[in-house]
Amino acid sequence: MSVFNILISGVGGQGVLLTSKIIAEAALLAGLDVKQSEVHGMAQRGGSVLSQVRFGEKVFSPIVTEGEADLLIGFEPLETARYLHFLKDDGAVIYNTRTIGTIGVSIGAQQYPADVNEVIKSRVKKVMPFDGTQLAVTAGDKRTLNLVLLGAALSSLPLKEQFILDAIVNTVPKKVLEINQKAFAAGKVQNT
Amino acid sequence: MKKAILSGNEAIARGFLEAGGKLAAAYPGTPSTEVLETLSRHKGIHAEWSVNEKVALEVAIGGALSGVRSMACMKHVGVNVAADPLMTAAYTGIHAGLVLMAADDPGMFSSQNEQDTRHFARLGKIPCIEPSDSSESLQYAKAAFSLSESFDTPVILRTTTRISHCKSVVEDGASESPAGRGLARDFGKYVMLPGNAQKRHVFVEDRLVRLRDWAETSPLNRVIGGDSEIGFITSGISFQYVREAFPNAAVLKLGMTFPLPEKLIKKFASSVMKLAVVEELDPFLEEQVRAMGVTVHFGKNVLPLCGEFSQRLVREKISGSPLPAKAPVAGLLMRPPTFCPGCSHRGLYTVLAKLKLHVSGDIGCYTLGALPPFSSMHTCICMGASISAAHGMAKGLALQGGSQQKPVAVIGDSTFLHSGITGLINMVYNGGDAIVIVMNNDTTGMTGGQEHAGTGRSAQGSEAPRLDIAKLCQAIGAKRVREIDSYNIKELEKIVKEELAEKGPSVLISNQPCVLRYRVSKKAYAVEKATCKGCKLCLKAGCIALSFTPEGKTGFVTIDPLLCNGCGVCAQLCTTGAMTQP
Repeated sequence: MSVFNILISGVGGQGVLLTSKIIAEAALLAGLDVKQSEVHGMAQRGGSVLSQVRFGEKVFSPIVTEGEADLLIGFEPLETARYLHFLKDDGAVIYNTRTIGTIGVSIGAQQYPADVNEVIKSRVKKVMPFDGTQLAVTAGDKRTLNLVLLGAALSSLPLKEQFILDAIVNTVPKKVLEINQKAFAAGKVQNT
Repeated sequence: MKKAILSGNEAIARGFLEAGGKLAAAYPGTPSTEVLETLSRHKGIHAEWSVNEKVALEVAIGGALSGVRSMACMKHVGVNVAADPLMTAAYTGIHAGLVLMAADDPGMFSSQNEQDTRHFARLGKIPCIEPSDSSESLQYAKAAFSLSESFDTPVILRTTTRISHCKSVVEDGASESPAGRGLARDFGKYVMLPGNAQKRHVFVEDRLVRLRDWAETSPLNRVIGGDSEIGFITSGISFQYVREAFPNAAVLKLGMTFPLPEKLIKKFASSVMKLAVVEELDPFLEEQVRAMGVTVHFGKNVLPLCGEFSQRLVREKISGSPLPAKAPVAGLLMRPPTFCPGCSHRGLYTVLAKLKLHVSGDIGCYTLGALPPFSSMHTCICMGASISAAHGMAKGLALQGGSQQKPVAVIGDSTFLHSGITGLINMVYNGGDAIVIVMNNDTTGMTGGQEHAGTGRSAQGSEAPRLDIAKLCQAIGAKRVREIDSYNIKELEKIVKEELAEKGPSVLISNQPCVLRYRVSKKAYAVEKATCKGCKLCLKAGCIALSFTPEGKTGFVTIDPLLCNGCGVCAQLCTTGAMTQP
């Protein structure tokens, strides 16, 4: 298969890295070459965070550049809009509609863009917005948003579901596995 | 063989173990931290967080001299701190294998500069090897030890952020178990008195000649045959970008980037029509290749010196034609990093901003106090500089007369132990006059929460002697040492004002745990809409849990219950009592 490129964006602390870790593990289980890129350190302190996963027969670069992404998984609307120009013409977007203000918004110096959902819709043909945070809270913990979004992205991934399910078991700590599986199922139902 | 997805850092740790490495020492620094974090989970070796990079390298030198394969790990700026022992270990040689793992940060994702560590290899006349993915990170860690022992030299294993933090597929390899060599004792080799060092310098020059010869046939350097229209010399992550941008081109991949194989490079250059040298940051390879008399058609004449590369950038710059691009969505708000909700630094900066003090800053999460709404850090240079620079500022201001308020140094606990102590000793000894605020959150915060000499736990999490910062400051001779509560802003303001009125150094120590590391979670506050006047005073707390909604002539503030950590700093700023913990 040709290389499949995924971008996962969000706000530091939302658990973006776990989603990319599970997808990378699933690609490995599928017998593919895979590379995953992430950023640690200062950017994780409530800043904009981007993780990238690429898999296929042979992958060289670990990063996804403009116009290359097949799929964008957004944990927050503004952070989804920020990376839309990385998508291919037929690239898909799955994103959480729950907003998180920037520090500029919180100190009253800026306004959160009211039209962010319309902007995303106007630029992307295949787009699925939904309140993933609500599903995560219902599943039992707001921190399971990453599994909710993974569930919603399942039908857009060229990977068999069993590989994803096994990757979840291999990756998520046992103590919180059940609640994460519940969140994954809730996200999957959202997109069927 | 078992396959796994590992980051470059995890792979280096595995390579260290497969090489039979026994002693590893490091100071945390993005993007190098995870090497020692990984090793701290393994039994049968010694892995430690040292107090700084110089100490870490000296510990590793001691380990090598005791007869076991040893490694020190640090970020690029850490090598500056460790440069002193490095330059002389290059003379003494190593006894058992000694590797310095150094991680550069092109693009400065989490660094104060973008320096290129490869220059240290040339400065010290020691080899530098550079992996280009996780699989090579493992292999090269092993190769580094073997090279070190073959040539009696420290070896720099250099990564960049995209090598250290990218994950790719790695296969387990065979483990070596080299026998311990026992303690080295050799006056002429290990005691660098001038008479001995003069002889060792001759050895260093001869070793470099032999390393150059070895580079010609080393498996670390390899040619990938292909289209000869443009041939590429490259290394590290740039190799991956070149392979993706020009999949059919001939490539000379350099695994060892110092010293360089002159014959191999000349032979490769003569086999291609045009030569490109692709490397991030400085023209380290390119200048050496040009010095060989080889024509470089594409190098820093087209490729940038600043920032990181990508496959797209390499393709565009070498081909000279931009690829089609969609415009990013225009006018989007930026999202800079900020203090976590509940962070103990927030209360401090609320006070420093209110008092409009001049703050000499340091390296850590608290550097974010330089950003709005606080804008209350006015310098940030390097680890430990806050205290020494504040001392210099106070002296300089005094020489200019006038009545400017004394400067304040802000430093974290781990950074204080790293190199702030020496600055404080200096300030006390030299009659300094500044306030030093140690924000002790009981961890190394920005790098993700590592232990240090003040946390009472070792790298493995076991109990360790706990350094008492207040007692240490008193022992140094600081007369005014006070504990503060950075969440109590009224009291904090009073204390800072009192210390501003005093002569001489004052040390204020906040002992509040990092909410992220210790998962501190207090009950969220809520705003009573009817009581909120919309005055926005609380927004000075600079917390992303707060938001303001305009309504009528003013508006009201809300607190996101999913983000609020219940620290109460915003509620202390509220004058109407609208913010309560239900």
